[in-house]
Amino acid sequence: MSAEIKWIDKPHPVSGVTNGKLGIWLFLASEVMLFGGLFSALVLLRTGADSWPVGHELLNVKLATINTLILIISSVTMVMSWASLAMKNLSKYKMYMAITVILGFVFLGIKAVEYGHKFEHHHFPSTSIFYAIYFTLTGLHAIHVIGGIIVNTYFLFPGSKLWQTKPEMFTNRIECAGLYWHFVDLVWIFLFPTLYLL
Amino acid sequence: MDKYYGFGLPINISAHGGEIDKLIRIFHVFMLVLFVGWLIYFVIALVQFRAKKDSKALYHNKHYKLPTWIEVFVALFEAFLLVGFSFPIFHQFRFDMPKASESVVIRVVAEQFAWNIHYAGKDGQFGESMPKLISTENPIGLDQNDPAAKDDITTINQLNIPVNKPIIVQLSSKDVIHSFALPVMRVKQDTIPGQQIPVTFEAIDTGKFEIACAQLCGLGHYRMRGFFNVMTQSEFDKWIDSQTPKQEDASE
Amino acid sequence: MSKEHSPSFWKKYIFSVDHKIIGIQYGITAMIFLLIGFALVSVMRWQLAFPGQPLPLFGVLFGMSNAPGGIILPEFYNQLGAMHGTIMIFLGVVPLGVGAFGNYLVPLQIGAPDMAFPKLNMMSYWVYLTGGIVMLASFFFPQGAAQSGWTSYPPLSNIAPVGQTVWLIGMVFLITSSLLGSVNFIVTIVQLRADGLTFSRLPFFVWAQFITSFLLLLAFPPLEAAGILQLMDRLAGSSFFMPSGLVVSGEALQISGGGNPLLWQHLFWFLAHPEVYVLILPAMGIVAEIIANNTRKPLYGYKNMVGAALFLGFMSFIVWAHHMYLVGMGTTMSNFFQITTMIISIPSVILLTCLLLSLWGGSIRFNTPMCFALAFLPMFAIGGLTGLPLGLTASDIHLHDTYYVIGHFHYVVAPGTLFALMAGTYFWFPKITGRQMSEVLGKIHFWASFILINIVFMPMFSMGLAGVSRRLWNPTEYAHAQPTQVLNVVVSYAAWGLAIAQLPFIFNLIWSTFKGKQVDTNPWKATTLEWATPTPPPHGNFEREPVVLRGPYEYSVPGQREDYLPQNAEQ
Repeated sequence: MSAEIKWIDKPHPVSGVTNGKLGIWLFLASEVMLFGGLFSALVLLRTGADSWPVGHELLNVKLATINTLILIISSVTMVMSWASLAMKNLSKYKMYMAITVILGFVFLGIKAVEYGHKFEHHHFPSTSIFYAIYFTLTGLHAIHVIGGIIVNTYFLFPGSKLWQTKPEMFTNRIECAGLYWHFVDLVWIFLFPTLYLL
Repeated sequence: MDKYYGFGLPINISAHGGEIDKLIRIFHVFMLVLFVGWLIYFVIALVQFRAKKDSKALYHNKHYKLPTWIEVFVALFEAFLLVGFSFPIFHQFRFDMPKASESVVIRVVAEQFAWNIHYAGKDGQFGESMPKLISTENPIGLDQNDPAAKDDITTINQLNIPVNKPIIVQLSSKDVIHSFALPVMRVKQDTIPGQQIPVTFEAIDTGKFEIACAQLCGLGHYRMRGFFNVMTQSEFDKWIDSQTPKQEDASE
Repeated sequence: MSKEHSPSFWKKYIFSVDHKIIGIQYGITAMIFLLIGFALVSVMRWQLAFPGQPLPLFGVLFGMSNAPGGIILPEFYNQLGAMHGTIMIFLGVVPLGVGAFGNYLVPLQIGAPDMAFPKLNMMSYWVYLTGGIVMLASFFFPQGAAQSGWTSYPPLSNIAPVGQTVWLIGMVFLITSSLLGSVNFIVTIVQLRADGLTFSRLPFFVWAQFITSFLLLLAFPPLEAAGILQLMDRLAGSSFFMPSGLVVSGEALQISGGGNPLLWQHLFWFLAHPEVYVLILPAMGIVAEIIANNTRKPLYGYKNMVGAALFLGFMSFIVWAHHMYLVGMGTTMSNFFQITTMIISIPSVILLTCLLLSLWGGSIRFNTPMCFALAFLPMFAIGGLTGLPLGLTASDIHLHDTYYVIGHFHYVVAPGTLFALMAGTYFWFPKITGRQMSEVLGKIHFWASFILINIVFMPMFSMGLAGVSRRLWNPTEYAHAQPTQVLNVVVSYAAWGLAIAQLPFIFNLIWSTFKGKQVDTNPWKATTLEWATPTPPPHGNFEREPVVLRGPYEYSVPGQREDYLPQNAEQ
């Protein structure tokens, strides 16, 4: 019958990657341009401003530091979940993935507390350019965290059924999800010093 | 006004406009030569190589040198126009500001949908203006308490200048992006809210012309027409006198 | 393997994951949007030719808020203008060039069974359609659709009515669709080429789609960022694009200020310049295929063309501020962008030259697709050449925001890209349907369109040199625009004539689908892989994966019986 789409499970002999892996790298390239656009906006606005507030005076550095550690740890547990699958251990995979998802929720929870404090003190995007870019950058990042949580939760529960029929394909999917999650972590690693510390 | 405008470049009454016109004309000759050349080749190729009963196409094309030479010529000519014309003309247009003491300095504040023209008056000092003072009677928000503002002149849509004198116009906008264009002077500069951008020009002929808005600014964009009048120095001085607000006591 | 042996009507034709069905969906949808975009400007052309006169027949249909008594209001005129640009570019030309032709042909031309991610492909289409519906719906919101130009410069777009917010939401859908699609195209071309199909044997059309996808992938996100910032300004009251001290209609705006309108322009043009190469590259790909086939010889300078297209794609990212020469930039910035802009003209000239030289020594057939493909060449030349005076700041001072710009870019997109897309339609129609479109109707369509489209756009250069600004509801307010007003009348009649000239094409498309002359699987005697499949190609395209043995343009090979040698034909 008709030919099948190749290189879903095995890497292409010349490119060295599966379709999914190449796809996720390309998607991440576009995400770099998206956050890059916003970072460029920050640079342009900051260099053009008469005065710019000091990040650590307006923002909660303690909470953000905790959040940074949380994301870094979640990236580690994400890798562990993929490594567990590579070592054919489904229950270890589920444990690490569950921790990753939980850490994602903790991150969002802390962010919610931060935002709550700001709103209580009547600091909104409309208050100043600094708050505008702070809320926009961290808000878009948070949306990306939510997206990652949704994908990871899917792979933790209904999606994990694929392990029974196509373990290789499933492992590759977790690897791709992991790449995305690392990227979300990496954006935060740039956001944190830029907004909170500098 | 008929003799000023037509189907091509408007009359040029600017000291430096002629250089822009020269560049535009050279460009169009260059474009025409290239296009006609390509067209002649095109027609010859289509006629000579149309499919005929026993015609066979050429599988191995030679590598033709002529097109490469044409490419190189095109690139070099563009570089020549760039460096020889555009670099110096734009630099002069934006940065060769004459000395303020030897020019007439005018502020133009664009708004939806009119040009507010602000002259410093005889004292040569512009009065302070602040957004919070803006009202219908005071469209540029001039601070009447500022002594420098006492002899300032403001008009709506009337830009009068003396001929043969350098002019510096400081441009800004109250609300959205407009663009200050004087077609007969080959002058065009966007007015960006929050910024003050200078242009300089010098008219070499008198007459009544127009200001156009060259950036979509809302539903009234099409009617943002101002009047640009170039007059003799004495006519200009008389006009300034007539517009100067009457002082309580005559000051020297 | 498909799970069902006979998928339901819905899975087969509506929610299909087959790239060919999706391509046809894109094609039909995009053509309808092109007609809508044409209709919008046809209304504008009435106001331009006869300012202030009520539009006969249709005028009253627009309602009191848009055209009281049938007279088009300036606000409505601005909506028509902004939406004409938006619809033509984002809902018409790109979905047709990339979504339709790209989707249908790329897997076939590389010998693949489908795109790498068929489900993602389907999603791209539905997200595109949703975005298009959102855009059209914006007309029905209070105070109408977006009306600040397709360029949406703030602060004007920030303070514009709610239609602008709807436009931004529509753009988010369209950008998402585009990003999903571009990932799919790149992975497909890299990973799913058949055995023996090295990059140097790829049809130029596939190279063009490949480069286009990189442009879409990397250039759209900054516009998405700008859209997010403008949504924040409009919905959350931020001031990203709003400096302090703004006074609109006598009222000081109650905002924090501190923003910069130029931030939007940089982010917008960072996309919008590569976007114009997204508009032209698929078209050049189509023209290249049709010229090679109808000259019965290989393309001249294939390697140079590929190199030029790659260089063009790269350079397209560093010329954007030539759209911003008059914002008050200094000489360093303007010099940089003038240099890159002049440099980027070189690969364009190389591509045009190679296509022209491909005619030399050929045995040229003048069927309808070839007529359109040939016409593309001088039309693209005019468009490209008139970009030169715009590309240098000194001449741009006079020509910026005039009709000269409108003439320039329409020449490249309308008798340029659109002609190429029509050529492609006539050319690949037999592969999709097994029937050929009527040559008679095709030639009528061609000659009428070619003559009229030049009458529409050539006078605009005169208007631009005379200094007539763009986007004027009534140009006759200005003395300098009055002598050329007669040209507006000529252009309008030609534009309406051009609309009528599309009727034979539309009729031909529909009629030929059912009653057109039936042809075999390769009526044009072409060499590329899409012609080596049954007509229409079945799900999965090839029974066995083809093996490619040679380049894509082996026409008139000496010593061969036929004047064409398909890429996968065994000898």
